[in-house]
Amino acid sequence: MKQKNWKELPHAGTVLTAGNANEYKTGSWRSLKPRWIEENCIQCLFCWIYCPDTAIPVKDEKRVNFDYDHCKGCGVCAMECPGKKGNKAIVMEEEGK
Amino acid sequence: MAVATKIVAVTGNQAVAEAFRQLNPDVMPAYPITPSTGIMESFTSFVSNGKVDTEVILVESEHSAMSAAIGASAAGGRVATATSSQGMALMWEMLHIASGYRLPILMSLVNRALSAPLNIHGDHSDGMGMRDCGWIQLFCENAQEAYDNTIMAYRIAEHKDVRLPIAVNMDGFIISHSIESMQFMTDEDVKKFVGEYIAIDPLLDIDNPKSIGALVLPDYYMEHNRVQHEAMVHAKKVVADVSAEFAKLTGRKYELFEAYRLEDAEVVLVALNSAAGTIKDEVDRYREKGVKAGLLKPRMFRPFPYEEVGAALKNAKAICVMDRADSYGGYGPLFMEIASAVLPHRGPVTFNKIYGLGGRDLMPHHVDQVIDETIEVAKTGKVKMVKEYITVRN
Repeated sequence: MKQKNWKELPHAGTVLTAGNANEYKTGSWRSLKPRWIEENCIQCLFCWIYCPDTAIPVKDEKRVNFDYDHCKGCGVCAMECPGKKGNKAIVMEEEGK
Repeated sequence: MAVATKIVAVTGNQAVAEAFRQLNPDVMPAYPITPSTGIMESFTSFVSNGKVDTEVILVESEHSAMSAAIGASAAGGRVATATSSQGMALMWEMLHIASGYRLPILMSLVNRALSAPLNIHGDHSDGMGMRDCGWIQLFCENAQEAYDNTIMAYRIAEHKDVRLPIAVNMDGFIISHSIESMQFMTDEDVKKFVGEYIAIDPLLDIDNPKSIGALVLPDYYMEHNRVQHEAMVHAKKVVADVSAEFAKLTGRKYELFEAYRLEDAEVVLVALNSAAGTIKDEVDRYREKGVKAGLLKPRMFRPFPYEEVGAALKNAKAICVMDRADSYGGYGPLFMEIASAVLPHRGPVTFNKIYGLGGRDLMPHHVDQVIDETIEVAKTGKVKMVKEYITVRN
């Protein structure tokens, strides 16, 4: 993308397109990757609440697979996941394995 | 032409408070500090008596005052505040944010010395400390100028080519607490002159959500700086235009700097604010004796009008720049500007006197000593010491 020159910048650097952080892909920062194990998931949505980004999409009130374009691999979801009968529904794995 | 008003006797603080009343800002966050406290005292009584619709926010510190001013201005309001010295120093990091966000906030800065040693009296160390914060800075000799520049401030700051915060400076105590005769404008004339404020991208326009203050990394940071400089470049013309319009209305004429008997002057003093009054008297006395003396009193310090000042000083033989602020280990801040302005002309010999720190009086006989020395420098073309302190006990 061609970079703007100083005369082309928006006034005061204000971002006028709300929610455009969605266009900024940050998934490449990840070194650990969460894996969702659907059979252990009770759909409590703790992961969705605790995710500091928007990496857990919800459809019809149920979580679906991770949005790996925005997941930075912080592992908060895996930590908070209660799982089913002691079996976690989210596990962290090394990226590239 | 504006409606004629009677001459009143008020302090500098009362004059600025009256200007604030007539400007009727939407929000005024402030934390009182000597010697600017009088502005808040008068203004809050206007609020209590229903003379303005301003929301005054009494905050817990000046850092919060400037933060609240930024929030209110970003929301879309017309905002003013008043402070001095340590108060302005505590605002410092937020001052850069106000200018970076391009918010036309108005600050009345009642100049006072910085600690330590602790001192409450007037000098320009606070104003010079905000030199590089991206604010327009106007300096005022007396209560009338402080009032007039405050009335003109929003027109300058809010101009679409500018959109920068503005600080109007006057000397603490000497002006803020002394009673002088001056003239206010009528409320109607002020209202008409200042006009309605239309904010750019206000946050309270909730149908158009937006984000201000986004992170900008090395790939774009310098472009944003360049834009801010350009806004300052535009401010010079806008200050001149607004002042011309103000002169038509009131008959009170303001240029980017005041050239007092400067046309053919060979011996020139340069000084900001109230000291200019004393210097003018002494310039007159020396003129009577046949000395071609003159004074240049900068009104607009940021943006600094280098070309215009340089042109006005190029025929002088010697210039003494008098600084009421110091840069320890460096020349006085005003001297550095004047030296830069005359540099392309290679003519006048320029030197620097530091005076009046912590409110020390500058008496007419002190000015005479400076003029005498400048006459000597004009004759010999030689300066003994580029920077020296006057009235300091040796």
